[in-house]
Amino acid sequence: MTMLPSLPTPKKLGLVIDLDVCVGCHACVISCKEWNTGGYGAALSDQDPYGSDVSGTFLNRIHTFEVTPDGGEVVGEAGDARIVHFPKSCLHCEDAPCVTVCPTGASYKRSSDGIVLVDEDKCIGCGLCAWACPYGAREMDLAAGVMKKCTLCVDRIYNETLAEIDRVPSCVRTCPANARHYGDFADPASNVSIMVAERGGIALMPEQGTRPVNKYLPPRPRKPLASTLPLAENTDGAKGFFAWLDGMLDRI
Amino acid sequence: MSSEPRLALSEPVSDEVRKTTCYMCACRCGIDVHIKDGKIRYIEGNRDHPVNKGVLCAKGSAGIMQHYAPARLSSPLLRTGPRGSGEFKPISWDEALALAVDWLGEVRARDPKKLAFFTGRDQSQSLTGFFAQQFGTPNYAAHGGFCSVNMAAAGIMTLGGGFWEFGSPDWERTKLFVMFGVAEDHDSNPIKIGISKLKSRGARLVSVNPVRTGYSSIADSWIGIRPGTDGLLVLSVIHELLKARKIDVDFLVRYTNAPWLVIDAPGTAEHGLFARDGDGKPLIWESVTERAVAIGTRGARAALSGRYQLEDGRLAVPSFQLLAEKYLDDRYAPDTVAYETGISADVIRGLAAEIARVAFEEAIEIAQPWTDMNGERQASFIGRPVSFHAMRGISAHSNGFQTARAIHVLQALIGAVDCPGAFRFEPPYPKPVEAHPTPHGKAEHFGSNKPLSGPHLGFPRGPEDLLIGPDGVPNRIDKAFSWDAPISAHGLMHMVIANAHAGDPYKIDLLFLYMANMAWNSSMNTAGVIKMLEDRDEATGEYVIPKIIYSDAYASEMVAYADLVLPDTTYIERHDCISLLDRPISEPDAVNDAIRWPVVEPDRDVRGFQSVLIDLAGRLRLPGFVDSRGTPLYKDFADYIVRHERRPGIGPLAGFRGVAGDRTGRGASNPDQLKRYIENGAFFSAHIPLEAQFFKHANRAYQDFAVKMGFFDTPQPVTFQLYSEICQKFRLSAQGMREPVAPQTHRDRLAAAFDPLPDWYRPLEEAGVDRDAYPYHALTQRPMSMYHSWGSMNAWLRQIHTRNVMYVPGAICDEVGLVTGDWAWIISHHGRIKVEIARSDAVNRDTMWTWNAIGKRKGAWGLASDAPESNRGFLLNHLIHELLPPKGDGMRWSNSDPVTGQAAWYDLRVRIEKADPDDVSRPAFVAVGTAGSTHSSPAALRYGQEWNE
Amino acid sequence: MHPAPSIILFTTLSGLGYGLAAVLGFGLLDPSATATKLAHVLALALIAGGLISSTLHLGNPQRAWRAFSQWRSSWLSREGVMAVLTFVPLGINAIASVWSGRYLPLPGMLGAVFCGVTVFCTAMIYASLKSVHAWNTEWTPVSYLLFALAGGLVLASFFSALGGNAHPMLPFLAVIAIGAAWLSKAYWWARLGATAALSTSESATGLGFIGKVRLFEPPHMNGNYLTREMGFRVARKHAARLRQIAVISGGVLPALLLAVAALSGGPSAALAVAMSGVAALLVFGGTLVERWLFFAEARHAVMNYYGS
Repeated sequence: MTMLPSLPTPKKLGLVIDLDVCVGCHACVISCKEWNTGGYGAALSDQDPYGSDVSGTFLNRIHTFEVTPDGGEVVGEAGDARIVHFPKSCLHCEDAPCVTVCPTGASYKRSSDGIVLVDEDKCIGCGLCAWACPYGAREMDLAAGVMKKCTLCVDRIYNETLAEIDRVPSCVRTCPANARHYGDFADPASNVSIMVAERGGIALMPEQGTRPVNKYLPPRPRKPLASTLPLAENTDGAKGFFAWLDGMLDRI
Repeated sequence: MSSEPRLALSEPVSDEVRKTTCYMCACRCGIDVHIKDGKIRYIEGNRDHPVNKGVLCAKGSAGIMQHYAPARLSSPLLRTGPRGSGEFKPISWDEALALAVDWLGEVRARDPKKLAFFTGRDQSQSLTGFFAQQFGTPNYAAHGGFCSVNMAAAGIMTLGGGFWEFGSPDWERTKLFVMFGVAEDHDSNPIKIGISKLKSRGARLVSVNPVRTGYSSIADSWIGIRPGTDGLLVLSVIHELLKARKIDVDFLVRYTNAPWLVIDAPGTAEHGLFARDGDGKPLIWESVTERAVAIGTRGARAALSGRYQLEDGRLAVPSFQLLAEKYLDDRYAPDTVAYETGISADVIRGLAAEIARVAFEEAIEIAQPWTDMNGERQASFIGRPVSFHAMRGISAHSNGFQTARAIHVLQALIGAVDCPGAFRFEPPYPKPVEAHPTPHGKAEHFGSNKPLSGPHLGFPRGPEDLLIGPDGVPNRIDKAFSWDAPISAHGLMHMVIANAHAGDPYKIDLLFLYMANMAWNSSMNTAGVIKMLEDRDEATGEYVIPKIIYSDAYASEMVAYADLVLPDTTYIERHDCISLLDRPISEPDAVNDAIRWPVVEPDRDVRGFQSVLIDLAGRLRLPGFVDSRGTPLYKDFADYIVRHERRPGIGPLAGFRGVAGDRTGRGASNPDQLKRYIENGAFFSAHIPLEAQFFKHANRAYQDFAVKMGFFDTPQPVTFQLYSEICQKFRLSAQGMREPVAPQTHRDRLAAAFDPLPDWYRPLEEAGVDRDAYPYHALTQRPMSMYHSWGSMNAWLRQIHTRNVMYVPGAICDEVGLVTGDWAWIISHHGRIKVEIARSDAVNRDTMWTWNAIGKRKGAWGLASDAPESNRGFLLNHLIHELLPPKGDGMRWSNSDPVTGQAAWYDLRVRIEKADPDDVSRPAFVAVGTAGSTHSSPAALRYGQEWNE
Repeated sequence: MHPAPSIILFTTLSGLGYGLAAVLGFGLLDPSATATKLAHVLALALIAGGLISSTLHLGNPQRAWRAFSQWRSSWLSREGVMAVLTFVPLGINAIASVWSGRYLPLPGMLGAVFCGVTVFCTAMIYASLKSVHAWNTEWTPVSYLLFALAGGLVLASFFSALGGNAHPMLPFLAVIAIGAAWLSKAYWWARLGATAALSTSESATGLGFIGKVRLFEPPHMNGNYLTREMGFRVARKHAARLRQIAVISGGVLPALLLAVAALSGGPSAALAVAMSGVAALLVFGGTLVERWLFFAEARHAVMNYYGS
């Protein structure tokens, strides 16, 4: 079971995350939590929820980075550094190391659509898959003792009790900035494939050889105001201005 | 290899979906609450809802944890220990209401002004205001005074409505969007939806904000301005536009008071006021026949410049001449303002050029004929697709009123108001200042056992409308509408406790607060306010503020300071009304209102505050709440929502009126109205005809629509007030030229602040302290995933912001020798806090900042006493005084905008010193017991686990 | 990586156990000696103790049997399978020695090979993880095998001395193995110091094209499973000190003790037993420190997202 599918999966379902519009609001983080805590598998527990060491299981988290340009690109009108909000969840890798290391067969990659899942009934909670994943996509639920991860809302995307339009992951459904897109990367004509092609979508840590399905759209270059062509100023002073104004009024 | 497990992928999400309105912030999104086994399974955005169109933010999705938080209050409480101890005994509602009626009734009979009734994050101000008015105290307001009044007042006085809840950018069409100091926890879903949309179209987003987080982080251009200098930046842009002749002259003549003649008679009581005809209509100079005629005279060619003699011999100039002369001056040139704003002249010039280019070279046209208020048919709507938005970063400065005015004037100058692609009004706005009431609270307006003779809040047209005694002493406890803050249209809630404690202007007997955390993050000088609440009269041993009634759903810090606590429900359990009479949720193209209804019944002995207020009003037999025999008119808030009529046919809700539920806006009350709302997804939406969608201020079809809907009884077109005659009246009083004249003590301050044309002056705290001793700014940003203090009781949200640190610019870190993780003292003229710092380079060079209201007091909000919020988290409030530093004049002025009384949170100046590492931020406070919370906190949460088993 | 005591104890104990069992499998000790019988029991006890210790960190140990199923892809599963398989020859060897005082060459050699394979599997669990640069090298299995062998030889020296019939070669072999083990560790450390991690914050975020990437705010203010599990990092100064302690206590001192004991021509039997016993304890302690460092010095790629 923890062998990866021998053939490329006919579908490669995943997410495109647009770093150019993510404002870091955490909507996807919490929507994910509330959907999944009552959904697939064990609840996402929170330890010490009202105390000092509060810490819970999340399948999607937003990191915030400050990026200081090496030079060259102008990033803004003042200051140097730029803030980039960075949502991160399972990338549903094609060569998912988390799957192959699993000793029990609990971790698997679906041969139909490429979603990487944990069969919690088989999970012994050894944590090795979390070690194998360079992205931090897997978190052990301390109450259940099983590994939790993004399911791509497998219980939404195929859920026939939901309206067709709602058969998308909860994070995509809720994102106010439309920074998250769901689709089939195996289909070159899909929304996600087109977006990745047009915007130069990137894979995270390609050097790890994991071939992540999810892609990130990099922030667009900023447009400096300082290099905008300034207005042609008229230096006639107030008198000249009022003369011009009179001319304008005649034309109205 | 075994086969893949079979998964049950089509399980129903829930047993039932109940649609209501979110209340995790003031955004008021529609939500679908999925109910499973009587519990909340899942909350998602309502796709049909006009506000959020299906999306939902982190707060909204965390509603489950808000609803089930252990911090919920569970029964009425009577204080047993000293204030702040958090010691209470639970009492019954009968006891609680009897006690409240006893206290309130006694005050009402003896001296109604001894009740101060103020509400915080209230969304039912038309009810709470109505209650206060019928009660008869002059002392009522909501929290706008410490939140947004600069923005609201400047918007209404300039355009008839402004940013925030009065309008929004035309997200679909705008090509350049400039936002100033936006609070990222307000109106957040519409803004996020909007900026994403415009960015995907390739439109440009410019953010003016000292801090580059949130929206600023994705802005195409970030202008990291020095706090409090935005006005200067805007006026410099105006300077550039005027110099380059990039203004919309046609728009100015048609829709603004640019041509109105201003009397030029220095040293007289009329100087600077508009010349008017016998009917009071302002005059313009008709330049063909060379005479002054009333505005609206057909065929008149109005002059915008010149100096003219009126028939009575007085001289007058078009107001635009004054405007142009003022802003063409070199003191507004980019090179002049660059140092003060911290923005290079090139950037200012670039911003002006970009605004001009998009406004005039990328104009758009919607081929829809329409008729203006002069009856002239127009072929199409011409749009200048430049839009602006501004919020707290402008508002919370003591020069915020003028800065907000400057932004509105800028929009009018380029013709970018309520046209396609620009800032657009949301019904029932625009509403000219004349259509707003004047404030009530003069001595003749109230008395024993009688209602106030009119609404508390409004817009003074001049000093004659101030609520002051003959000696100039304020009538209101917060000194609103006095010489201290003449146009304080939302009151000054942040001054109530300090004034009541000082007995200035008088002491009060009863403080009645709703949803306002005045004992913590909602007060400046928090430690001082706590002491004021705890202080006792030495002679009597009684508290200086003798009685406090407080209503809240959660064990906030303020609960611990109440004598009587009326526990509110959660937003999931209550009726509410998002009303056009109140803070509407309309869009530019549609009139909207909404309700909340109990989608889950309370499991505790709690009641919705509005129902409690109606109950109290009935028991007190307040007019408007009881019939002639004294029988209560309304069973509860739901009943009130349906049956109350403010004017005949006009009630809290505009939808499904009339006996058959087929009337909109005006109509008889419909007993099935709430049912119809619930069926419709808890909201109502009426689309504005295309012909009426733009230029609403001057659009006949819109004005007719507004009358039909019942916003007004007659059309209320707006002429944009670039030049403010109201301000000039106050300035004349300040100059001693016009009756009533301002007291000597206030003259300089008023004269400086009430420029009739938007001006910039240095924020008052910055002007009052030694700038070298306090060289930096410190301010808070609103995190998107936390609404003020509302979120720390939420197990999911509090994980995101468990504690806060002070972000310090890299240059300051290097200078002081600080690295991330170090501790530092931040010191203001008023106090010092010791906090953990972190380095940031994405911030204005002179500005340090932290997330707002993350610091909590030990014991409050149902948190453990070692919670990071109350140990390492902190408030900036300890550095901010409600009064400005003493000056030579012997006065202690409120730390507020001198025009509106808006709390000047962002004027704070500080210095920073490295400190020894610590475990606890300073000042550290003792615990407030459990602040009334009785629920026990679990060691772990596994929400929804039962659905897995 | 978080140096979890259960895992450190597991790899150390089982390494010693497998090393000892392998030496026994080669028949270098008198099978009939009581000390040898004790050695067999100890080897099995160490292995079993290690395995039990390793289940302590499981979230659902009752399902541990499932871990034998995925030997085709998972080194952890292979290790489990091998651990069980290895018990068979080791059990036979132990039984033969304890009950019959005999040495069986075939099960003995097979057991020795299985011991090696099992330790190799254990090492490969770590070495196969690309996400942990420090571990992702062939020097990991090399050093695991050499440490197991060294530990086994030291223990064997002790038992052979205890049996009173000291095999003269054992202490020498042990000293050589100790040297080889620490030499391999030196290579491992040298590689760690000399090579850059496969991934950086820049590659992890894909933002390197803009510039230098620094964590501004973690996703949640408190730590989480990932930071607790993988966020541990020992200070460089602290690590250098611990390396010295590990090398001296687990390498230099035991080698000296064994060499002195052997070269002095076997002082008194009791002294030889004591010296080789102390050497065994030192090797155990030194290996514990080495294993602690094995985790503590390893940085997981996920920490590129957490700013440390």
